[in-house]
Amino acid sequence: MDNSIINQHISRQFNKEMEDIRNKVLTMGGLVEQQVDLATNAFMSYDMESAEKVIQQDQLINALEKDIDHECTEIMAKRQPAAFDLRMLIATIKIITDLERIGDEAARIAKMTMRIEAADYYQDKYYEIEHLLEMVKDMLNGALDAYARTDTEEVIAITAQDHKVDREYTSITRQLITQMMEDPRNITRALDMLWTARALERIGDHSCNVCEHVIYMVKGKDVRHLSHEELEKTVNEVR
Amino acid sequence: MTTEARKPHAIDINVLNRAEKPGRDKFDTCISVRDLNLFYGSKQALHNVSMEMPRKKVTAYIGPSGCGKSTLLRCINRMNDLVDGVSIQGKLLLDGEDIYDKNVNVAALRRRVGMVFQKPNPFPKSIYENVAYGLRIQGINDRRVLDEIVEKSLRGAALWDEAKDRLNDNALGMSGGQQQRLVIARAIAIEPEVILLDEPASALDPISTLKIEELIDELKEKYTIVIVTHNMQQAARVSDYTAFMYMGELIEFGETSELFTNPAKKQTEDYITGRYG
Repeated sequence: MDNSIINQHISRQFNKEMEDIRNKVLTMGGLVEQQVDLATNAFMSYDMESAEKVIQQDQLINALEKDIDHECTEIMAKRQPAAFDLRMLIATIKIITDLERIGDEAARIAKMTMRIEAADYYQDKYYEIEHLLEMVKDMLNGALDAYARTDTEEVIAITAQDHKVDREYTSITRQLITQMMEDPRNITRALDMLWTARALERIGDHSCNVCEHVIYMVKGKDVRHLSHEELEKTVNEVR
Repeated sequence: MTTEARKPHAIDINVLNRAEKPGRDKFDTCISVRDLNLFYGSKQALHNVSMEMPRKKVTAYIGPSGCGKSTLLRCINRMNDLVDGVSIQGKLLLDGEDIYDKNVNVAALRRRVGMVFQKPNPFPKSIYENVAYGLRIQGINDRRVLDEIVEKSLRGAALWDEAKDRLNDNALGMSGGQQQRLVIARAIAIEPEVILLDEPASALDPISTLKIEELIDELKEKYTIVIVTHNMQQAARVSDYTAFMYMGELIEFGETSELFTNPAKKQTEDYITGRYG
C-alpha cells in the first residue's frame, strides 16, 4: 500500500496529526530496539553503565506510550476516523502496548545484569543465547519496518521466524538443564541465562503481535490467534 | 459509582455466537433496484443502479452532493414523477412488484412508502390534526379510532410525552426537532411499509438529531427504512447497510460495519476518510 496514504486528507491538520503519530511510534520503536541492544550487551559483557542506561531510558518509553495513546484518543474523539485511518489508530494503540512490553523485557535483562555479582560473572560464556538474540532482533526490526512502510510483504517471514525462536528457546532450556545436572555450581549462571532467553523469546512474541496488528492495519483482517498457515492464507487472499 | 461488591456473573460461553451478523444469505429483500437509469431531460442522473434493500433494516445512502442519492431515494415512492422531463429505465420492485408498472396506483404506493424531508413540513393545523390527516383522507373520522392511532403514532415517534398535553396547539409552535418527529408520526399513522428519510436531521440541533437517530433505531423493528444523509457518522451510527454513490453510480453497497472499517473500493475509502477523490 502506498505509504503516502496518511498524507491525502483534505484536512492538512489531520495529515499532520497522523504523520505525527506515525513518527512517534517509529521513534518509540527505534528506542526499544536500542534498549534490547544495550540490555543484551550489558548482560553478555557485564557492562553496568549500559544496564543503568537501559533502566533510565525505560521511563522514556513508558512516557511515549502514554503520549501516543493520548493522541490517538484525541484524534478519534475529534475526527471520527474511518477505514484505514481508524485501523491505523487501533493498530497503533495495540502496537505501542507490545513495544512497551518489549521495553520492559529489556529492562528486566538490565536489572538482572545488575544483580549478578561480579564474582559470579563468567567472562564470555553467555554464548548460548547469541543466535536467539540475532533472530529476535531481526524480527523486531522487520516488524517496525512493516509498520513504517505500511506493507505486509515481509511479515509472513517474520511470523515464521517465531517458530524457530520457540524451538531455539526449547533447545537452550534443555542445554541449561543438562548443565545444571552436571554440576550444581552452574545453577546460578544457568538460571540467569534462562531468564534472559525467556525475555528474548517474549520479545519475539511481541514482535509477532506487532506484525499481526500491521496486517490488520493494512489489510483489514484480524489474524490474531491463527495458525501460521491460516495467517499466510489470509494475508495472500486479501488484495 | 457503586461501592457494592461485584456480583458473581454467570459465564455464558455462547456469548460470542449470539451477536448475529446480518449476512447476505439471511437477507429478506424488500426493495430491489434493477439496472435503473434516470434522466432529467438529456442529463443522466443515475447510471445502471442495481441493489437490494433488506426488510426491517436501515439502509443509508451516502455520497457527495449531486451524486444521485436523493434522486434514487425519490424513485422509491415515485416522487420524481412530479419533476418535469424525467424519464426512467429499468425496474424498481417493492415486494417483488414493479412500482413503475402502468397499473400501479401512485397514491396507494405512497401510502405504503412514506417520506420525511430535510425541513420539517407540518401542516398549519393542530398537532392532533397533523397526525390524523392521512387517516381523514382515507375517510376515517371515528374519533375513538383517530384518538387511538394518534396516540400510537406519537408514541411511535417518541413525541407523546412532550405533546400529549398540547394536542390542540398549532404544530408550527413546536421546535424543529419536535416538528420533525411530528412529521414522522404523521408518516407512520397510515402504517406504511417503508419510510424514506431525506436528510431528516440536517436542519436540527445535536440533541434533536440524537433523538431522531434513536427513533430510527426503534422504527426499524416495524418498517424498512432508507435514509439519505450527508453526515457520514450518522450513516455509520444508524444504518445496517450503506450504499456509497458517486456521479450517479452506485460504487459500493454493503454492511455498514464493513463499509466503514474496511471498504472494498478505493473511491469509498477516499470519501469516508476525507481524502482527495
